[in-house]
Amino acid sequence: MTTQTQVIEITPEIIARHGVTPSEYEEIKKILGREPNITELGIFSVMWSEHCSYKNSKNVLKLLPKDGQRMLVKAGEENAGVVDIGDGWVIAFKIESHNHPSAIEPFQGAATGVGGILRDIFTMGARPIVSMNSLRFGKLDSEITKRLLSGVVAGIAHYGNCMGVPTIGGEIYFDESYEGNPLVNAFALGLARKEEIVRAKAEGTGNPVFYLGAATGRDGMGGASFASKDLTAESEKDRPAVQVGDPFLEKLLLEAVLELLKSGAVVGIQDMGAAGLTCSTCETASRGNTGIEIDVAKVPQRETGMAPYEIMLSESQERMLVILKKGREAEAKRIFEKWDLHAEEIGFVTDDALMRVKEKGVTVAEIPAKRLADDAPVYVREEKEPSYLKAVQSFDPKSLGSPGDLNAVLLKLLDSPTVASKEWIYRQYDHMVRTNTVVLPGSDASVIRIKDTQKYLAISTDCNSTYCYLDPYEGGKIAVAEAARNVACSGAVPLSVTNCLNFGNPHNPEIFWQLKKCIEGMRDACLKFGTPVSGGNVSLYNQNPKGAIDPTPTIGMVGLIEGYAPVTSSFKEEGDAVLILGETLEELGGSEFLKVIFGVKSGRLPRLDLDRAKSLTDLLTTLAKHGLLRSAHDCSEGGFAVSVAESCILEEEKEIGASVELPQGHLSKEALLFGESQSRVVVSVRPDDLKKVEEVIKSSAYPYQVIGKVGGRALKINGLVSAPLTVLKATWRNAIARRMQSA
Amino acid sequence: MKFGVVVFPGSNCDHDCHHVLKNVLGLDTEFIWHKTNDVSKFDCLILPGGFSYGDYLRTGAIARFSPVMDAVKRHAEKGKLVIGICNGFQILLEAGLLPGAMLRNNSLQFICKFVHLRVENTDNPFTRNLKKGQVLSVPVAHGDGNYFADEATLADLEKNDQVLVRYCDAEGQTTPESNPNGSARNIAGIVNKSKNVFGLMPHPERASEKEMGSLDGLGIFHSILQTA
Repeated sequence: MTTQTQVIEITPEIIARHGVTPSEYEEIKKILGREPNITELGIFSVMWSEHCSYKNSKNVLKLLPKDGQRMLVKAGEENAGVVDIGDGWVIAFKIESHNHPSAIEPFQGAATGVGGILRDIFTMGARPIVSMNSLRFGKLDSEITKRLLSGVVAGIAHYGNCMGVPTIGGEIYFDESYEGNPLVNAFALGLARKEEIVRAKAEGTGNPVFYLGAATGRDGMGGASFASKDLTAESEKDRPAVQVGDPFLEKLLLEAVLELLKSGAVVGIQDMGAAGLTCSTCETASRGNTGIEIDVAKVPQRETGMAPYEIMLSESQERMLVILKKGREAEAKRIFEKWDLHAEEIGFVTDDALMRVKEKGVTVAEIPAKRLADDAPVYVREEKEPSYLKAVQSFDPKSLGSPGDLNAVLLKLLDSPTVASKEWIYRQYDHMVRTNTVVLPGSDASVIRIKDTQKYLAISTDCNSTYCYLDPYEGGKIAVAEAARNVACSGAVPLSVTNCLNFGNPHNPEIFWQLKKCIEGMRDACLKFGTPVSGGNVSLYNQNPKGAIDPTPTIGMVGLIEGYAPVTSSFKEEGDAVLILGETLEELGGSEFLKVIFGVKSGRLPRLDLDRAKSLTDLLTTLAKHGLLRSAHDCSEGGFAVSVAESCILEEEKEIGASVELPQGHLSKEALLFGESQSRVVVSVRPDDLKKVEEVIKSSAYPYQVIGKVGGRALKINGLVSAPLTVLKATWRNAIARRMQSA
Repeated sequence: MKFGVVVFPGSNCDHDCHHVLKNVLGLDTEFIWHKTNDVSKFDCLILPGGFSYGDYLRTGAIARFSPVMDAVKRHAEKGKLVIGICNGFQILLEAGLLPGAMLRNNSLQFICKFVHLRVENTDNPFTRNLKKGQVLSVPVAHGDGNYFADEATLADLEKNDQVLVRYCDAEGQTTPESNPNGSARNIAGIVNKSKNVFGLMPHPERASEKEMGSLDGLGIFHSILQTA
């Protein structure tokens, strides 16, 4: 049989088409001691893509703090980080992008994004118990955005609902910088007992290597290299690089893998995600300091005539590589058969440190596994402060004049899809399956209980990318601080973060500068909050013909509540006292107010003092621990007025008004109502608890004011805003649904 | 009384049902693998929610051929109790144990939310502990919950008091707005003529603990226990 391996000659054009640079090609030759063949070139090209190797970002990623007392598996060691939450329980979690596939084919792109992140979690031995996501789209008024949003949400629902993993929340922003390049970042978290965690290692010479799950096809060919290119009009033609998902098959894999891991017959296991069979074989061998040999002819295939090159690079979904203990094969096969899964023995572990690929016994690729998996080139990219920064930062919002009627401004903000209720989206997700979701979507953080314990996990995904565009360092800092504040509003102590760094083309020095500054900001905030980065993912080359997306370092923050009840964002009872924690300053730069009312994305960001931000999260968890908070809701997009309005209308059928008076001092009315000064939270407390609450706040020396009371059927602020709940609610709740219905 | 929760490939509310029966209510409960065909030791079977066989072809259409379904039919013929929740209801329809069929939700979208249910009849083992006209708060989570049957079948169901719960608003009115999926006559759950096989789209197991926001689902389980 003639395969491509024998016939295709390696020319400079072919090398370039694989995204391999001439100097990388020289390095490949050095590693092999000869010219690679086409299969080997393909293997190197996907392993050395940005998606798999982080070659452009590694140098700055190392700035992020990874160490902490609770970290059992640190960032980069395995498919997901593992954090100790006490009493023998551990959690594994991660956020990952599926941006490029979702831009081309939103439904399958988003669905397989969910499938991939769930596999990363359960191959660690943890049962996935939570899904979340962070989404970015262009303006919702365009037909293209509506089509993308419908497809992405339906795709996430399709996969997550079938898997029986609740999608309990997330975040979404609409901004023109994402026009044509939407972001789909999927988060998953799994729970396990400490001793159940497994590593993706190929150990023990002679141990059999099994292929488990779906047959391999030509779908998703070279998806990892595809994700490392700019999106162009030509990308539509890349459609075969988008995989097609089968959530039912993955559900069977999930149950079978967890059962198999319990049996003790497994040495190591890895999902075939990006770069499929290539990545899973060389990475498991590299981690085990071993070699691995497989024969592609034994790989189940759903198409005929596939070359070794195609089999090695395919990104068909729902496939696993399992290394078993020799002699335990029969036990494993019984489990595969129970779940009606197809498994084939395709190779074995060797002691020669090589990744050897054969086809019917003939070697078609032979590469040192460790060099391939771990020795991708690392680039120190050129960096340069972007030229737009000075102009946008020196902009003075006062130059814009009056926005007109402030009631109308509030309604316009509540109608902004970025601010508005995300009900249209989360209604489509099963957010209750597994009966752990104790705080339903809509609050600052989503909260789940851990059965048989007194523990709850609060999770929030956050990133204000407008901030990151206007000031990457401060933006990165604020993304972490906002996420910490959100989980603290639910009463949780922030534990650890995962991140997904979505940026433009790193070869552009201005983009690289954004990446580095965001990471520096994140680093400083993570250190202050004591929340190490447990892992994550980098997605570069997020460009469309008009330019790069706004820098978007999405943060997934996990917090822990132990032994007390979680707090939600909605006001509860007539007569409760309303307080604001924090100081309001004349800070309108970068605000949603400027964007929505004046169409301006400019200004100096609100300042964030990290010491103060940390004392706020400490204060919130102390208040929650003592059961003193009825509600807590942070001030973010839309500022104080939007925060109070949301606390009034969040809870369906339990809406309740409020009357508040926030001293204006020297502030403009706009800054008072809609400015986004940091480290502010609106809380409500029982009247009887007010004295106690004030004592606790005073002892922490945190600035606060008692500003009013919960009650009535309207929201009243300072005589500036007076709006009936029915109007606020209808505007906020229908903003997205209304636009989608007119699609 | 012994409960069995049937596990099909793709079931995903099996653990939730098991948790409520065993841990919340302290009942004797076991999982039943779908490849078994003997369920004689059980008094009440639960067909849980999920996506059996990925809901490929049609919801419940493949699951009804699982070996366990013959046993479920024999169990039902003996007059023993069966509850199908969500996907379990869809399987009971496909298996012919209950009349009618499920269509896509009229919104064409999956929907997950708390809904109100009005108790319509209480002369049966599943709702006897509830009051006629009582309004329950229980979540739904499905893409295909739009109950359909021809007029004659619907009339028959009404005549024989087989409609047990209907979608309604907080005041108990069965309005079009309170119907989450377009079901005929706001029907959320029905029982067979012999009143021992009950299918419903809402999830009582998700409304059986205070932390889950409602205890209204317990009424159904308590009714069954009173039957024993």
